[in-house]
Amino acid sequence: MSPMARTALQPAATPPDLIRNFCIIAHIDHGKSTLADRMLQITGVVEQRAMRAQYLDRMDIERERGITIKSQAVRMPWAVEGSTGTPTTYALNMIDTPGHVDFTYEVSRSLAACEGAILLVDAAQGIEAQTLANLYLAMENDLTIIPVLNKIDLPAAQPEKYAEELAGLIGCEPEEVLLVSGKTGVGVEPLLDQIVTQVPPPRGDADAPARAMIFDSVYDTYRGVVTYVRVVDGSLNPREKIVMMSTRATHELLEIGVSSPEPTPSQGLGVGEVGYLITGVKDVRQSRVGDTVTGASKPAKESLGGYRDPKPMVFSGLFPIDGSDYPILRDALDKLKLNDAALVYEPETSTALGFGFRIGFLGLLHLEIVRERLEREFDLDLISTLPSVVYEVTLDDGRTVVVTNPSEFPDAKIASISEPVVRATLLAPSEFIGAIMELCQQRRGTLRGMDYLSEDRVEMRYTLPLAEIVFDFFDQLKSRTRGYASLDYEPDGDQTADLVKVDILLQGEQVDAFSTIVHRDKAYGYGVMMAGKLRELIPRQQFEVPIQAAIGARIIARENIRAIRKDVLAKCYGGDISRKRKLLEKQKEGKKRMKMVGRVEVPQEAFIAALSNDPTSDKSKK
Amino acid sequence: MPSALPEGEPAPPSGELPQAALATLGSHPFGIYVHVPFCIVRCGYCDFNTYTLTELGADGASVATYADAALRELDLALAVLGPSTPPVQTVFFGGGTPTMLAAADLVRVLHGIRDRFGLAQDAEVTTEANPDSVTAESLRELAAGGFTRVSFGMQSAVPHVLKVLERTHDPDNVGRAVQGARAAGLGVSLDLIYGTPGESVDDWRTSLDAAIALAPDHVSAYALVVEEGTKLAAQVRRGQVPAPEDDDEATKYELAERVLSGAGYGWYEVSNWARTPADRCRHNEGYWSDGDWWGVGPGAHSHVGGVRWWNVKHPNPFANRLNSGQSPAAGRELLTDEQRYDERVLLAVRLVDGLPVDDLLPAGRQAVAGLIADGLVDGGAAMRERAVVLTLRGRLLADTVVRRLLAW
Repeated sequence: MSPMARTALQPAATPPDLIRNFCIIAHIDHGKSTLADRMLQITGVVEQRAMRAQYLDRMDIERERGITIKSQAVRMPWAVEGSTGTPTTYALNMIDTPGHVDFTYEVSRSLAACEGAILLVDAAQGIEAQTLANLYLAMENDLTIIPVLNKIDLPAAQPEKYAEELAGLIGCEPEEVLLVSGKTGVGVEPLLDQIVTQVPPPRGDADAPARAMIFDSVYDTYRGVVTYVRVVDGSLNPREKIVMMSTRATHELLEIGVSSPEPTPSQGLGVGEVGYLITGVKDVRQSRVGDTVTGASKPAKESLGGYRDPKPMVFSGLFPIDGSDYPILRDALDKLKLNDAALVYEPETSTALGFGFRIGFLGLLHLEIVRERLEREFDLDLISTLPSVVYEVTLDDGRTVVVTNPSEFPDAKIASISEPVVRATLLAPSEFIGAIMELCQQRRGTLRGMDYLSEDRVEMRYTLPLAEIVFDFFDQLKSRTRGYASLDYEPDGDQTADLVKVDILLQGEQVDAFSTIVHRDKAYGYGVMMAGKLRELIPRQQFEVPIQAAIGARIIARENIRAIRKDVLAKCYGGDISRKRKLLEKQKEGKKRMKMVGRVEVPQEAFIAALSNDPTSDKSKK
Repeated sequence: MPSALPEGEPAPPSGELPQAALATLGSHPFGIYVHVPFCIVRCGYCDFNTYTLTELGADGASVATYADAALRELDLALAVLGPSTPPVQTVFFGGGTPTMLAAADLVRVLHGIRDRFGLAQDAEVTTEANPDSVTAESLRELAAGGFTRVSFGMQSAVPHVLKVLERTHDPDNVGRAVQGARAAGLGVSLDLIYGTPGESVDDWRTSLDAAIALAPDHVSAYALVVEEGTKLAAQVRRGQVPAPEDDDEATKYELAERVLSGAGYGWYEVSNWARTPADRCRHNEGYWSDGDWWGVGPGAHSHVGGVRWWNVKHPNPFANRLNSGQSPAAGRELLTDEQRYDERVLLAVRLVDGLPVDDLLPAGRQAVAGLIADGLVDGGAAMRERAVVLTLRGRLLADTVVRRLLAW
């Protein structure tokens, strides 16, 4: 058993040999945050009484969903007895990684800041697809992998079974898999020892011009943008000028330091060290994940490479239910942008939904998080339109049009359309192979391969159009596999496909919010589903309202809302008058929540319900 | 469970009214409504404020003492309204089942009204009645006491429909009751309900024909409304009976109009038809034309000069309050000018004489042409009489018309 380090090493004066940079790769719920908290406690950087559960997950949404969206880095001292018997103190930098597919790029940058990774898997559940994907990324980055099974205190834990599974994946012996419980602390000290023993120290040129990679960038209301870096070469020092190599922008270093876990200013950061920079900028776009920081006085010639602009994959319109909230939505997006380099948006006007924004997201979770933060932190009620991917439409005349919104779909003669596809990895108990195949086939998927991870767990690889995943795929997968299947995907180029735009018309008026781009084979299904939903959702009017689904001028589905014939006939005597007036006053209030499509009054609720992918939508699609 | 009272401000214990409301007394028709909150059984569809004897319990305000409580409220009414109150033009006993009271009690209350306020020369005095709870004799007694009109709850002539409604009266009794009323010299009105679960269009026609065969002076026909809290609502919610269907009720309303107008009855309010204008119910017309009335009894509503108030619902606290010299009013509303305008539009538009176009605000006037174009308002009447009068289609969609006239 190793002693707690008596004195921590000073940043900027720590030899690389005494530094270990590592991250934890884990699925949601597999206990990463609990383990991390336990490490903070055992290494003494957080005192017992200051502990609050899951210290590292700071945002409320993260805490509630039990997932980590933004990463941080914490420096912990840990002493290990060497061969001579005298303890040596090391500085362990734990770099937290986002756990979700939408943030693959952020994960890759976090991994690039480490030499080792703890592969943390729930001993009762086994590895999940996202973890597998991140494990591949880690191995490609040549990280040393320490396999760990967590939650061994659970009665349902099957350590032998899953140790076998992990060993098979990374090519080690099952006995080499460490067994821990973040909850009770069992096995955590040996794990810290193993980090020191197994993870290689960082290597870099201390005399070269400074080069540090940004692996995270967080907006803080009081301090402006806090940038997390891993120094590769040279060193960064307080009060020097630094340069962001992708933009060539120069900033003054107002503060430099390490988190342990509260920000602690230091005399600088040397080779292999991990810490934070504060320059006074207010927008995370000026401090981008993946960029290289160098010194202004002696700048590096080449950046570290690997930088990529975040590329939105999924687009959706967000509209305030109360039109007068538009300025609040605009300000809210401006604020979120400060902390979210991947968020892109521009104003959009919908005849049905009014003024709003077309927003680009990294993926569906990103969409959900942004929407939830807007509603929760800014008290907005929002309608979001059906998510769309980015299509490239080539016209007969050779011109190419990029379409991120069905309303941009060209009317001209179309030669071809290409859509993004993803390589998806699905992990599930083998009894669900049939259900998964059926779902993926319905979603135009192509099976690329299938492997058994263990006797009863299987990995299936599919190529799927991204558009098929953004609409309720995940929910369907979960419901068809009783929650057992997990999904990971990454972009895998484009393919041409026979796609059409389906419009929905109310009394001949096109409702832009319901237009969508789908495969020709699914146009009819979408049309019937949406027309049927709207017939149920839109109250009867004084006149008959035909609902049509159309591809161009061709009607593919039709429903009718019959005209209302009576709305009265109740008694209206002495005591009924107040009641009746109040009812009418209530209807007047309700009218404010009506949107007019031509002469048709459509309640807001109808838009919300029609645009939500509740389970009935998929049933009617079949 | 009887329906809930509206929300309002608390009413003063003295029952006093603002001077502004009293100032206009006499410029509108003045009537008195007497609510008799007793029934032998509660019908499954009914959400009126009424109680069966078992519900009231042995020591509750009894049927026997009800007339005294009513007279006590009339004392209060006289004190509040003052000696310059005009003679009462209409009196209406409703319920519940007013004829659960002895005819002598009903007459005693009527005479109490007469002694306190005076009755106009041609006063209309109506009581609602269950065909089972009257006799030729009791009807004669009512007529002799000053009653002029009786309104029978016939509802339907079809046994299986009456059963769903849980009406217990014998259909044959309706004829006998009408005969008795006629013999006593009373005007007769029949109440019908359509849209009951299980009622076919033919059933409804049977009921209409049966009503006409009895040659009443007046017919009211109401679409069945499933009110929250009734036994029928629970049955609908549990799927034991189907909910009434709007289109079916529309068809039946159109049939009622056809059959009744064919038999010589003219509509004068959305749910009311009369043989001649003289046979219209003037008391109810008061409700629809901004009239003043005092509502006596538990849960009864009143209106004087833009103040609406309502009494506590249960007969026991009602009687207790009066016994201790307090007003039984539970709450009230002082209507704003805007609310009075809204009410005037929503009520007047339901009448055959309609709403004068010139009474409308500019936004309402602008809506009239569109309503004519949509076939909801009679274009001829609008041009000739300068009044907004509903077409048959407009009568069915009166709420839509009101919303558009109020420019909502």
